[in-house]
Amino acid sequence: MKKKLLSAVLVLTMSATLFAGCGSTDTETTETTDATETTDATESTDGASAEGTLKIGGIGPTTGDAAVYGQAVENAAQLAVDEINAAGGVNGMMLELNFQDDEADAEKAVNAYNTLKDWDMQVLMGTVTSTACIAVAEKTAEDNVFQLTPSGSAIECITHDNAFRVCFSDPNQGKASAQYIGENSLATKVAVIYDSSSVYSTGIYETFVAEAANQGIEVVAAEAFTADSNKDFTVQLQKAKDSGAELLFLPIYYNEAALILAQAKTISFAPTFFGCDGLDGILAVENFDTSLAEGVMLLTPFAADAQDEATQNFVTAYNEKFGGTPNQFAADAYDAIYIIKAAAEKAGITADMSASDICDALKTAMTEITVDGLTGSGMTWTADGEPNKAPKAVKIVNGVYTAM
Amino acid sequence: MKNKFNKQTKDNLITYGMVIAAFIIMQILLSMGKVSSLMEGLLVPLCTYVILAVSLNLTVGILGELSLGHAGFMCVGAFSSALFSKCTEATITNSGIRFFFAILVGAAVAAVFGILIGIPVLRLKGDYLAIVTLAFGEIIKNFINVVYLGRDSKGFHFSMKDTMSLNMEADGEVLIKGAQGITGTPNDSNFIVGIVLVLVTIFIITNLVNSRTGRAVMAIRDNRIAAESLGINITKYKLLAFSISASLAGVAGVLYAHNLSTLTALPKNFGYNMSIMILVFVVLGGIGNIRGSIIAAVILTLLPELLRGLNDYRMLIYAIVLIAMMLFNWSPKAIEVKEKISTKFRTSCKGKKEV
Repeated sequence: MKKKLLSAVLVLTMSATLFAGCGSTDTETTETTDATETTDATESTDGASAEGTLKIGGIGPTTGDAAVYGQAVENAAQLAVDEINAAGGVNGMMLELNFQDDEADAEKAVNAYNTLKDWDMQVLMGTVTSTACIAVAEKTAEDNVFQLTPSGSAIECITHDNAFRVCFSDPNQGKASAQYIGENSLATKVAVIYDSSSVYSTGIYETFVAEAANQGIEVVAAEAFTADSNKDFTVQLQKAKDSGAELLFLPIYYNEAALILAQAKTISFAPTFFGCDGLDGILAVENFDTSLAEGVMLLTPFAADAQDEATQNFVTAYNEKFGGTPNQFAADAYDAIYIIKAAAEKAGITADMSASDICDALKTAMTEITVDGLTGSGMTWTADGEPNKAPKAVKIVNGVYTAM
Repeated sequence: MKNKFNKQTKDNLITYGMVIAAFIIMQILLSMGKVSSLMEGLLVPLCTYVILAVSLNLTVGILGELSLGHAGFMCVGAFSSALFSKCTEATITNSGIRFFFAILVGAAVAAVFGILIGIPVLRLKGDYLAIVTLAFGEIIKNFINVVYLGRDSKGFHFSMKDTMSLNMEADGEVLIKGAQGITGTPNDSNFIVGIVLVLVTIFIITNLVNSRTGRAVMAIRDNRIAAESLGINITKYKLLAFSISASLAGVAGVLYAHNLSTLTALPKNFGYNMSIMILVFVVLGGIGNIRGSIIAAVILTLLPELLRGLNDYRMLIYAIVLIAMMLFNWSPKAIEVKEKISTKFRTSCKGKKEV
């Protein structure tokens, strides 16, 4: 009897939640229709250009292991949206950002995407991590929603024509690194330590090795670690040292790189260290002796210490509002919002257009615009969604990033 | 005896009825277009988690062994079936038939792994068994993370290092790409198939429980020595229950893999976190109680999504709700109070009837 009662209650709650969900959608839809009606009314009366709000959805991990990246993206995107709104919006139309958590998980990302769809999202800025991005890209292609990922760097993230990205793709970074090392003849014998459980790291590693052969670079050691064993690197470092490498390539994130630098010192292994954009942020690691990072080179589109005005303003505004120094993810997201703005202005988007119409208009506009952002000046896009921008190499000198 | 049988049949019928009713309600709402996209997107995952919870209940509730490696079997089912679907996408064009075979492949491979792992593991008892299954689940996940498999005109290439060492021809296609897993699995899962699989799972497990085999399995759970003295082959029955449970988890994996276009073995979806999540469904719903597992799986999957409005506090609230639900369901005091209320309710009902 007790169990029956309990199950009856639970079934009731279940169906109640289902209906509650439906109810809220109903009201939302009516609200939007009201909103569009009012926009229509204003437009017909005074014939003014588009007003109202453009709804931008964001997806990224704001909880869990990758929360640092998701929060940076959320904060920076919000900052950009606030700035644009304060300056009068896009063609007089305000922007509204709704950022949903995906815990860096493909399934949760699809749920987040569906939540945003219920919110009547018109443009998607996301997702932050590659795996989640691939899953969501499949859905946006199905629904024909414009998608701009700030940091989804795997190739598959933008296979469909509605998806574009702000950051470099993984293969691009590996290739650029190998070319940079080859062209500047930094070394001929290179060792690599990479994270075999990370899509980002393996992606860069593979293209690096492929391009290294063309550049006359010999990869003398390639040592892997996984997310479960990312604390002790002495074995990998010892092997790299024994192989006689002149340069150690680290296509990994900065927290592991900080440990590697410290452990390399203890076995007195001092090659040139070279990394990608994942290394950005290494100087901000807590209790990290920055003198260890002296002479480390990295290819990154963004350095928070850069002296140009745009970067300085962004870093100050970010610090005032959220505290802390923004990383490269934040810069990508900040650029992403401005790219959406530029494309929307080019295409003449109005707030009453449907997501699908906006997508078609933005797809063409994206290939026609040129954006000067924090992560590169004169960025352009091809129809396949890849950005065209020059990677910047920086070197850490006296504890600050210095352009090379 | 007859009375008891009837009660059990009635109980099972309520379970089937509940699932079918939920299905019909959802179908009606879907056809009326009154379901939010979030809810629509959650339908297949809900079926996946229900199958997982029900199948784990066979190991934990009926067999009485604590298994913490259930996500490992799901992982095996997911990867084997996704690989099958990717390989046969060109040859079997009918997605229904292809998915049917994918389910069989996933279930079979997971069952084989269940037997392989069960042979050494089921010699242990209690905590030891739990820890060893936990380790096996992690091994499966980590193994899949280093597998590289490609296919070209010469056949399959396998490596555990990287894609370059596959040495493929120019026309080659990388099927499993280490940590990047399998991308581009056809989207064959849908709600109807999910519900059918849920019903099949419930059918298999309830029938197993009420059969001669099920009674033998439960006898082992209740008193191993007594069961052995009656001539029950302990290893055989334990292995049987364990591998059936594993193969059903594999089926859930198939559903999972064909719902998303990307499949990676992360700690998040196939690690011990997931195993424990499934165990939470079972414990909350009541160990050995099939219907309870279904309800718990549905509620706990929906809850974090319905709490999205709370933003950053979502996971905190989720944890608090979980604790509150556990206390409400299983603390002795709460059970006492609930019993008191239900007896009062019953006596007052009886009183009214008599009047």
